[in-house]
Amino acid sequence: MKVLLKGGRVVDPANGRDGPFDVLIDGDRIARVGRGLAVEADVKVVEIPSGLIVCPGLIDMHVHLREPGQEHKETVATGAAAAVAGGFTAVACMPNTLPVNDNAGVTGYILAKAAEANLARVYPIGAVSRGQMGEQLADIAELKEAGCVAVTDDGHPVATAMLMRRALEYTSMFNMPVIEHCEEQTLKGDGVAHEGFHASALGLRGIPGEAESIMALRDIALAELTHGVVHIAHMSARQTLDAVRYGKSRGARVTCEVTPHHFVLTDEMLKAPIAYDTNVKMNPPLRETADRDAMLAGLADGSVDVIATDHAPHHADEKHVEFDRAPFGITGLETAVSLCFDRLVHAGVVSISRLVELLSVNPARILSVPGGSLAEGAPADISILAPDVTVTVSAAKMRSKSKNTPFDGWTLRGGVAATIVGGRFVYINSQVSTLNAQLSTWFNPDQRD
Amino acid sequence: MKKDLLSIDDLSGDEIHLVLDTTEAMREIGQRPIKKVPTLRGKTIVNLFYEPSTRTRTSFEIAEKRLSADTLNIAVATSSVLKGETLADTAMNIEAMAPDMIVLRHGSSGAGHLLSRICKSRIINAGDGMHEHPTQALLDAFTIREHKKRIEGLKVTIVGDLLHSRVLRSNVKLLTKLGAEVWVSGPPTFVPAGIERFGVRVSPKIDEAIAGADVIMMLRIQQERMQGAFIPSLREYFTTFGMTEARVARAKPDVIIMHPGPMNRGVEIASEVADGPYSVILEQVANGVAVRMAVLYLLAGGTQED
Repeated sequence: MKVLLKGGRVVDPANGRDGPFDVLIDGDRIARVGRGLAVEADVKVVEIPSGLIVCPGLIDMHVHLREPGQEHKETVATGAAAAVAGGFTAVACMPNTLPVNDNAGVTGYILAKAAEANLARVYPIGAVSRGQMGEQLADIAELKEAGCVAVTDDGHPVATAMLMRRALEYTSMFNMPVIEHCEEQTLKGDGVAHEGFHASALGLRGIPGEAESIMALRDIALAELTHGVVHIAHMSARQTLDAVRYGKSRGARVTCEVTPHHFVLTDEMLKAPIAYDTNVKMNPPLRETADRDAMLAGLADGSVDVIATDHAPHHADEKHVEFDRAPFGITGLETAVSLCFDRLVHAGVVSISRLVELLSVNPARILSVPGGSLAEGAPADISILAPDVTVTVSAAKMRSKSKNTPFDGWTLRGGVAATIVGGRFVYINSQVSTLNAQLSTWFNPDQRD
Repeated sequence: MKKDLLSIDDLSGDEIHLVLDTTEAMREIGQRPIKKVPTLRGKTIVNLFYEPSTRTRTSFEIAEKRLSADTLNIAVATSSVLKGETLADTAMNIEAMAPDMIVLRHGSSGAGHLLSRICKSRIINAGDGMHEHPTQALLDAFTIREHKKRIEGLKVTIVGDLLHSRVLRSNVKLLTKLGAEVWVSGPPTFVPAGIERFGVRVSPKIDEAIAGADVIMMLRIQQERMQGAFIPSLREYFTTFGMTEARVARAKPDVIIMHPGPMNRGVEIASEVADGPYSVILEQVANGVAVRMAVLYLLAGGTQED
């Protein structure tokens, strides 16, 4: 089937396009992008309402899908459904499942579940070390062969410099990034919140920003030593951003990501609106205003490469406990785009084109996966975004199995209109009625909000 | 008064004074031959203690009994938490039996806030993790007011493990709210991040911190703090921060010395100081009962019923 997306503003920085273009999809590929494309007889035309953005599919390179082993929190299927509802055509999932994704068997299982769900593309990320124990390298070549696009011990930093060195050396033969959850464990101790006034006032044990930046500096030094590729996950502290800038200035192969919650929220959330709300407990923790502002500056000036959500679903029961006993993490797939529009684009921090780089072009490049481009012949993974739609976040209505979000009830400007994976509409926002009406006859209603 | 007493933040300055004034009346009850009034007759109060506590639990229990409340003690060792029940479930189960108040002691900061969101019963925080211990601060304030007739303008110096102390946090909030000049002192390893925003003066020089003090409040040093490398040894702590008679001499001549207990003699405080003429440590314990009677009475709606 051929589908012509007619009108709309195409934002495709990889191909230098930002303006009114039509996109012709043939089967699962992009056939043509151009102005005023002719409507052939066998083409289904979708008029894109003016004001909507057509861009290469968004890729969230840091999510936890929890399957296998913690299906009460999320499954590959519910996570993929959450992804497409959040405008993401692909996600890369962390290996801290049960068992750990440190072998081709688990990788294959995740990919089989993803194929079954048939929504977002799912790129597994393998473990750096066997069992994420930080002792022996996992079978990384086998993981790559099975479909892993990167390795990480996310949740557990690679504790020794020696193992990190070896991982960077070993992966350099595949040009595969090592994604590091930077956290100097002895400095983190049993901390549960950012070390600062708010944690002190509430009697919560602190985690200083330096627990993150010290390890980032170590890893950047090791990337220089080994010519390996390191990607700093969910950066939260201003000192870490400085470390990344330093590394980049020296030519180290380092990239970094920031989550929406770290560029929107601060540790003031520990106190209000809900004191000790376990939905503001995540690792790394929400930091202070200077850190949040540094993340915004890094997004604006190009120091930050990627926005990723660190989507970390947890069951309500697990979060309904004392703050220090609650697991770290919040969901993020279904709020990211709205937060990006509201706090970055409409706030004048980044342009829409830059946002597409952060959410699509750069993650595709770092992970060496298809996407990030609307080039002719590329897979037809396309996100249609609605920068001006008013979104009221509702945790209850989310597709993720878990509802642990601090953004419940927030009203934000900007959201997702539709998501296309492999030429197929897999999500459409019923709030964007002009689009919805056109697609209602041939769109699977299960994927509609 | 608000529904719960989780933090000194829940009390206005006027309400603190109301508690202290009510404490005067409650103390009188404790001096009678028959130390019991019917004020809380028919009220059920659950003392839910997840941490071992002698002083605070006993103090609350005596206060409750003097006011004729029906009291029930749940201690962690005998409760269903050993069977894996969450605090939220325990709270819902207790709530189902409709108590009027729950007095909670818990090792996690904010545990009372969790209970407060679940329970209609009034929650009194009897110490939550490193967060607060509001009735301790109230009894300390009462003791100070007894001796100094005021709180505003006094120099109060708090010395010790500031980082881990819930007594510190409640006292700083209360004393600054009532206009005292609060100094804190301890090794920098024990100073919480961002303490400058607590509205206190911070000095690691104990002699400077206690110079001219009207009140010196010592905090307990946990024996295990060497493990986290907070202090090299208890011996060195005593030589650098222990309250000795020589140090007390730098304060005002009529200084009072306080300690929330339990004390480590020879660690944070010399016995000569703890037992000396300026020590009000046992008065604090005595006043604790009256302060808790006042809090229970006021939270139970005492002002309206009178």
